[in-house]
Amino acid sequence: MDKLSVDHLLGIKFLKKSDINLIFKTALHFKEIINRPIKKVPTLRDITIANLFFENSTRTKISFELAQKRLGADVVNFSSSSSSVNKGESLTDTVNNILAMKVDMIVLRHPNPGSPLLLSKHTNSCIINAGDGAHEHPTQALLDCFSLTENLGDLKGKNILIVGDILHSRVALSNIYALKLLGANIKLSCPLSLIPREIESLDVSIETDILRALKWCDAANVLRVQKERMEKSYFPNNREYSMLFGLDINKINNIKKDILILHPGPINRGVEITSEIVESNNSIILDQVENGVAIRMAIIYLLASKMNFSIN
Amino acid sequence: MPKKILLDSKKIDLILNRLVCELVENHKDFNNTVLIGLQPRGTYLIEKILDIFKKKYPNINIKSGILDFTFFRDDFRRSEKTLKASSTQINFSIENKNVVLIDDVLFTGRSIKAAMSSIDSYGRPNSIELLVLIDRRYKREIPIQANYCGAKIDTFKGDKVNVVWNENSKKDVIYIENNG
Repeated sequence: MDKLSVDHLLGIKFLKKSDINLIFKTALHFKEIINRPIKKVPTLRDITIANLFFENSTRTKISFELAQKRLGADVVNFSSSSSSVNKGESLTDTVNNILAMKVDMIVLRHPNPGSPLLLSKHTNSCIINAGDGAHEHPTQALLDCFSLTENLGDLKGKNILIVGDILHSRVALSNIYALKLLGANIKLSCPLSLIPREIESLDVSIETDILRALKWCDAANVLRVQKERMEKSYFPNNREYSMLFGLDINKINNIKKDILILHPGPINRGVEITSEIVESNNSIILDQVENGVAIRMAIIYLLASKMNFSIN
Repeated sequence: MPKKILLDSKKIDLILNRLVCELVENHKDFNNTVLIGLQPRGTYLIEKILDIFKKKYPNINIKSGILDFTFFRDDFRRSEKTLKASSTQINFSIENKNVVLIDDVLFTGRSIKAAMSSIDSYGRPNSIELLVLIDRRYKREIPIQANYCGAKIDTFKGDKVNVVWNENSKKDVIYIENNG
């Protein structure tokens, strides 16, 4: 297959395994390109992309912008704090106004789950989900799985642990969908108060003993505790969370095996993971960041390929 | 139209040896020259050329690489087909180097234009030359010509020139067929 089965990237839920394989294969070429002395290609010189970020972002926003610029696209950035959204304009109106200025593709980060799906139905544009509330963050899951594949090979049958704030994490849900498509075994580890209801219906298991979970896994993806999304207290304090679920050198030494450590960032050092582990040889956190640009270039390239050129 | 053989393995071998001699005449010890095979078909040709260098000029040390120029092509989004990239292997800078691009067939010239833009990603070369096995005359869409050319042929619309490399080089063949 040389084409994506979808016209938008709304979530991993809508992808097939062949789509993920195509994205990974294409990302390998872009990874080579971003390591050249001159890291830019002119492929998307006739495409304009708007990055609409209704939530704060550092890595994802910069990563998308670099991916777009290295593909030669024109880029406009929008942040909700300095826009007419504050005057009561709806999301669809905002986007349709931007599209009227001949924008071809929208990258959307929004606090409301499902907002990229809504836009894809009510606008005439290609939509990429850069995170919608606690729902999905498909590009993060793809770059996580790509980084895992680089280190572990085929993920079929590999044991992947997701540790941390599953309840508020869009990264967790997208990772579960992607890892399932790739045939990995998935375990979640965190306080039970941070486990969403019905999560086991996604064919994942839960282990509250972090040492047992770490001994089981080939790689651990550590998620941040998202205090800003918590309306109530889910565990007594950071210190207790860190003692029970935080990754530190004692726990890693205790399991007596090498496992890969991933973290989507931003990192709360000393809470979910210590600096020693972040900077250890087992950590592929900065590889994830590098791969993020290549994966986003691949996604944008493959989606743009489906947009037919019209000289009129 | 049945397949018409243009060159058999004996003629191909003669031509390749002549092309290598021409390269040596112009680039002497290859101190500042690199050979770059163009994906996909030029990769086979560069292998053949490097083999001849090894046999006939074992003292010449040649830097070589493989270049994919898919993302520099001018027909992105011009058809239903997604342009599929191949791998690039260039592990050196080409800043101030004399670059020889190598491809099997020169047709419209658009691929070579894309390759020349693409090679700039590795630095600014001192010069760029082009070596092709077959030049399809009068089919150029942009003003590009080869510095080293194996054979020039005239073709009709719908003609396809196929270069078939075999592991046993005695079975190498170039033929023409018309599907139009």
